[in-house]
Amino acid sequence: MRSAVIVFPGSNCDRDLAHAISVHTERPCNMIWHKDTALPKDIDIIFIPGGFSFGDYLRCGAIAANSPIMDAIINFAKKGGYIVGICNGFQILTESGLLKGTLIRNSQLTFICKHQSLIINNSQSIMTKRFSESEEITLPIAHHDGNYYAEDETIKELEDNGQILFRYKGNPNGSKNHIAGIMSSNQRILGMMPHPERAVDESLGTTHGSKIFKSIIESF
Amino acid sequence: MKFLVRIGLKEAILDPQGEAISNSLSSLGFENINSVRQGKTIEIDLDETDREQAVELVTEMCDKLLVNKIIENFLIEEPS
Repeated sequence: MRSAVIVFPGSNCDRDLAHAISVHTERPCNMIWHKDTALPKDIDIIFIPGGFSFGDYLRCGAIAANSPIMDAIINFAKKGGYIVGICNGFQILTESGLLKGTLIRNSQLTFICKHQSLIINNSQSIMTKRFSESEEITLPIAHHDGNYYAEDETIKELEDNGQILFRYKGNPNGSKNHIAGIMSSNQRILGMMPHPERAVDESLGTTHGSKIFKSIIESF
Repeated sequence: MKFLVRIGLKEAILDPQGEAISNSLSSLGFENINSVRQGKTIEIDLDETDREQAVELVTEMCDKLLVNKIIENFLIEEPS
């Protein structure tokens, strides 16, 4: 699997993500600066990392979604390319229109940083195929704006098409339908607020993130 | 030519910041508050003399970057 991690000013999970990918693939991944205008050839999958791109100015992910590299990423998506956005990466994907809905301020205003139980809602995606349906897993969450919102019509569409991959057990941030992660209708663009890259080693308290990376890798 | 873009959350969108401000105002003794909503104002100074052209540009800026229409409404004003 040939992968790339996009780095924006303020990204802070890019190296964790690159580490998690390379540990599982045993090959380094390309680090792409947001001012680049082209992706390396033969990339299988793009990862957009968590962090606080551009200091969360204007709206989380809004400025990154208009970075020079985004044209190449949108073209990659149009050709059916695989893209995974985690936390701020998820926000960038919604702001760029590659995923539906948006992520607004947590309902109780606090920045939430904890291990969170999640329920696998669809175990057929490239991220979740190693899990079983309705399996409960634990991943770290760390966000201030993780409250998933979309209009009712969009939520129904996500529900009906099985595009909701992860739901929060309980609802820490007020997300509609407890949504923690979704995919596009062509199943190739995936976004999630929880951090699988922070859950790939026993010393971090949970290795459920490893299963996500293994699921992705065996898809290529 | 100066413009103010006033951006607010749509009515249906929960505004926890507005609620927190409302609660704080109440605790300061301000009574009769029905609700508080927090928005933002963006001030843009354009090097443009044609008003119609300028409004068109600011509208395009709102569409492309300034506003997320899933959750926000906006209003373009010219400061007097």
